[in-house]
Amino acid sequence: MPIEVILPKVDMDMATGKIAKWHVKEGDAVKKGGLLFEIETDKAAMEIDAPSDGIIRNITAFEGAIVPVGQAVALIYQDGESASAPVAAQPLPPVKPITPAPRPDAEQPAVLPAAAASGRFPATPLARRLAKQAGITLENIAGSGPRGRIAAIDVQGALAKPAAPQRVEPGSFEVIPLDGMRRTIAQRLTLSKQTVPHFYLTVNCDLTRLSEIREILNAQAPRDAQKLPVWKLSINDFIIKAMASALKQVPDANVTWADEGIHRHHSCDVGVAVAVEGGLFTPVVRAAETKSLSQVSKEMKDLATRARARKLLPAEYQGGTTTISNLGMYGIEQFTAIINPPHATILAVGAAMERFVPVNGLPVLRTQMTCTLSCDHRAVDGALGAQLLAAFRTFIEEPALMLA
Amino acid sequence: MAKPVAMMKGDAAGNQRPFYAQFSPEQLKEALRRMCLIRRFEEGAEEAYMRGLIHGTMHLSIGQEASAVGATMALRKTDYITSTHRGHGHCIGKGADPKLMFAEFFGKEEGYCRGRGGSMHIADVESGNLGANGIVAGGIPIAVGAALAIKKQKRDDVALCFFGDGATNEGAFHEALNMASIWKLPVIFVCENNKYGMSVSTERSMAVANVADRASAYNMPGIIADGNRIEDVAEAVLTAIARARQGQGPSLVECKTYRTRGHSRSDRNRYRTKEEIEEWKLRDPIGHFEAELVANGVATADEIAAIFAAADAEIAAGLIFAQNGTDPSPNEVTRDVYTPGIPA
Amino acid sequence: MNAPIRELTYAQAIQEALATAMEADERVFLMGEDIGVYGGAFQVTGDLVHRFGEDRVMDTPISELGAAGIAVGAALAGSRPILEFQFSDFAALAMEQIVNQAAKMRFMLGGKVSVPLVMRLPSGSGTGAAAQHSQSLEAWLAHVPGLKVVQPSTPHDAKGLLLAAIDDPDPVMVFEHKLLYKMKGEVPEEAYRIPIGKAVVRRKGRHVTIVATSIMVHRALEAAEVLAGEGIEAEVIDLRTLRPLDTATIIESVKKTTRLACVYEGVKTLGIGAEISALIAESEAFDYLDAPILRLGGVDSPIPYNPTLEKAAVPQTSGIIEQVRNLVKGRI
Repeated sequence: MPIEVILPKVDMDMATGKIAKWHVKEGDAVKKGGLLFEIETDKAAMEIDAPSDGIIRNITAFEGAIVPVGQAVALIYQDGESASAPVAAQPLPPVKPITPAPRPDAEQPAVLPAAAASGRFPATPLARRLAKQAGITLENIAGSGPRGRIAAIDVQGALAKPAAPQRVEPGSFEVIPLDGMRRTIAQRLTLSKQTVPHFYLTVNCDLTRLSEIREILNAQAPRDAQKLPVWKLSINDFIIKAMASALKQVPDANVTWADEGIHRHHSCDVGVAVAVEGGLFTPVVRAAETKSLSQVSKEMKDLATRARARKLLPAEYQGGTTTISNLGMYGIEQFTAIINPPHATILAVGAAMERFVPVNGLPVLRTQMTCTLSCDHRAVDGALGAQLLAAFRTFIEEPALMLA
Repeated sequence: MAKPVAMMKGDAAGNQRPFYAQFSPEQLKEALRRMCLIRRFEEGAEEAYMRGLIHGTMHLSIGQEASAVGATMALRKTDYITSTHRGHGHCIGKGADPKLMFAEFFGKEEGYCRGRGGSMHIADVESGNLGANGIVAGGIPIAVGAALAIKKQKRDDVALCFFGDGATNEGAFHEALNMASIWKLPVIFVCENNKYGMSVSTERSMAVANVADRASAYNMPGIIADGNRIEDVAEAVLTAIARARQGQGPSLVECKTYRTRGHSRSDRNRYRTKEEIEEWKLRDPIGHFEAELVANGVATADEIAAIFAAADAEIAAGLIFAQNGTDPSPNEVTRDVYTPGIPA
Repeated sequence: MNAPIRELTYAQAIQEALATAMEADERVFLMGEDIGVYGGAFQVTGDLVHRFGEDRVMDTPISELGAAGIAVGAALAGSRPILEFQFSDFAALAMEQIVNQAAKMRFMLGGKVSVPLVMRLPSGSGTGAAAQHSQSLEAWLAHVPGLKVVQPSTPHDAKGLLLAAIDDPDPVMVFEHKLLYKMKGEVPEEAYRIPIGKAVVRRKGRHVTIVATSIMVHRALEAAEVLAGEGIEAEVIDLRTLRPLDTATIIESVKKTTRLACVYEGVKTLGIGAEISALIAESEAFDYLDAPILRLGGVDSPIPYNPTLEKAAVPQTSGIIEQVRNLVKGRI
């Protein structure tokens, strides 16, 4: 008899569980106690181990599936047992409609438009009164309550942001006052565009090796006390490290412009553009060439989080010898960035895309990433820029070289 | 099991009944006056009702005047009575003013219950009448309770409880008699057995032949009286009152009587024969008492005629008084649900 | 100042109230089944019979209807009886005298009499006594004009409300919860009265009003403590009296918190929560409501014998926490 692998109850009040990740696949040999899959819970992901040795088959629930507690999701067969049609499991209790147990923390409220065709808007008495007092209709207020009910908080929200006008007047606009960040960006980048003689170099980087190595490194990441992986490297971490390594290899490009003379920096301080609400910050990973990928990764995560919370210290986003701007997550294939003075370079990274490239005369599908380096011609000439970009590409296409 | 004591049916001639020694001529004439008042009152109410002047319904006690007056004539003002839905007679017997009763029937503020109670809840608290009751046997435990209070207050008053034959089949009757007996309370249970609950006769509804047969189950005397002869009723009740005042406990007096009208105004009288009704009309209690008074030399025919005339006049005046009374205001619909001065 | 504060159980507090009343007024006397030498089914009357004698602590036969009627009659004739029902469920046997007589006498007689009686009713579930000995029937009686109905939730209130009830010229039904009899609490030694018809705010809060009665007050307070840890501040009101209802206190609270939950043991359907909900919906508090009104009451079934089912039949603290949380978070 094959042994059932069930989705177990791990939390009190748990009625269903979501399979986050399978660590084995159909037909794999498993050992008792070995990791089979992870389930997503309110707290950390829960690892589920194999109840016995054998071959795992008949996996019926895959990543992302929401399964009632106690239901079998796979079967483990012993040697000699044939994998027949999926064994009829013992009758399960009827699957209730999937509603995850209510969580104590605030979830994203389902913001639904409150209007019905008849023009009636479900709203609490308090909401109606507040709307009436404020002189606004309920029409354009999205209700956060069940069935789109408008509550006081929704009315208060609508009053706080006088954003959506009832009807757009042609040519109408509202004035958004400039804050410090906006002024700074405007001033500096205008200056850059007007005074820095930009030129642009573009390469396509093959990501095959990088992907392999990244996967190996992430899969083998050791676990900490909470059983979380100590690192989880992103492609961007490799980019930062590659750029720093390239600048080390081409030190003449690790410069910033000054009227008194070009500053050739001794460490490669790579700034990374991080989008925040209303603007962007460019925190700097100092001496990135001396840091391991995991160190870069950890530091970047922290900087990005604090950048978004606007909790960076000036020392953390000033200076730097270059900037990386990655718009790949938005699907941008290629773009050119504006240099942040006094830097001499800025690297614009596009999305990882699958393309057909000729290999030995035949079209082969490869994953590539198009990167464009903007250079300040006063400090970095064409050949120097090309050297830098070529070095960068090399480190991206063969990350092992960064170990040498 | 002790047999209930049946009273001698008195003769019009021959030996005088103790009744005529126990009460003075004034008291006896007053008793006749009250019986007339009851009769005329009931007839007046009936007519007013038929003319549509009275709301709801009424339960008339025409033919039962002897039990009402015979039982109440020996009571003091401080003694209590509880009554039934057929309680107009008891009310008048205890000394109520007919015009205030009429006012109550007409729903006026001047009525005994300020128009809030109506016929079935008619009461005269100042005279010790704790009220007619719309629930059969509702007043029986209440009377026992009043007797309990009397005993606790070390008064030698009594509580007299009127009820019909139907009430003796209610649980409350049995519980109340049992407790009255174990605690030796000063209560007199007076059953007006008019042979019918509403439409169901006692033969069909009662396990014993006489209500008085039930008294022994509760270890108290059970006396049967001819409910249409006032002397029978009065003598039996007097004995019971004396027993109670002396702290010897409760008694049950069964008055065998009859109501010549239906249970209520809507009664079609389908459950009895015309002959039966006519037969009982011949045993009219007032006619009997009139004759007895004359025979015993207590009153002359002229005096009796005067009593009747006075009763007629009082009833007529009472009706006019009631009709001219004050209607309550709808704004005061919840008045007197609670005692004022206390948050409610 | 006042006499020293000390702790009594709820049952002891009631006994003290009874003794105090009997000492102060010779018209006051007790009636009930097994309240004499047995001391009462819940040991409330205890040794009162030895202190006051059998005339004032009267054992009745098992005759609820008769006893209730006798209480009515005695009250009409100048006594002040206090009738104990052994279980509130047995009031069903006495409903005729309670509802048709006691409640209505004053009104039917044009205000010319009062019926100053008190009836005490041990009520509620949780002792495994099952369906016929576990009911919460206060809503039945609160529905009857002419009666007053109180539900003390603490020993302090048990004494104060009972003394007020005994003083009251109208019939007062006192519903005591069986599970509270052994509860200890501070009870002043001197005589004091808690006004009938006044609720009390047991805990202040600004996010939700929880109106509760009897034992549910304690569960609501436990729930409020847990919810406070989540940042939800619940205001807990102990109704104390069901009729007359202290509507003003509830309205004022709901206007402040904008949310209302009613927690009570009686069957939810057509129970006291239904009345409070409607009352608030009709009142000026309506325009302050930012969520539907939540009722947590007994389920629509007789109280089961099995202990798990018995608990599941009435609101428990965990359920109150969850439901009130949902209410405040706009999920209901």
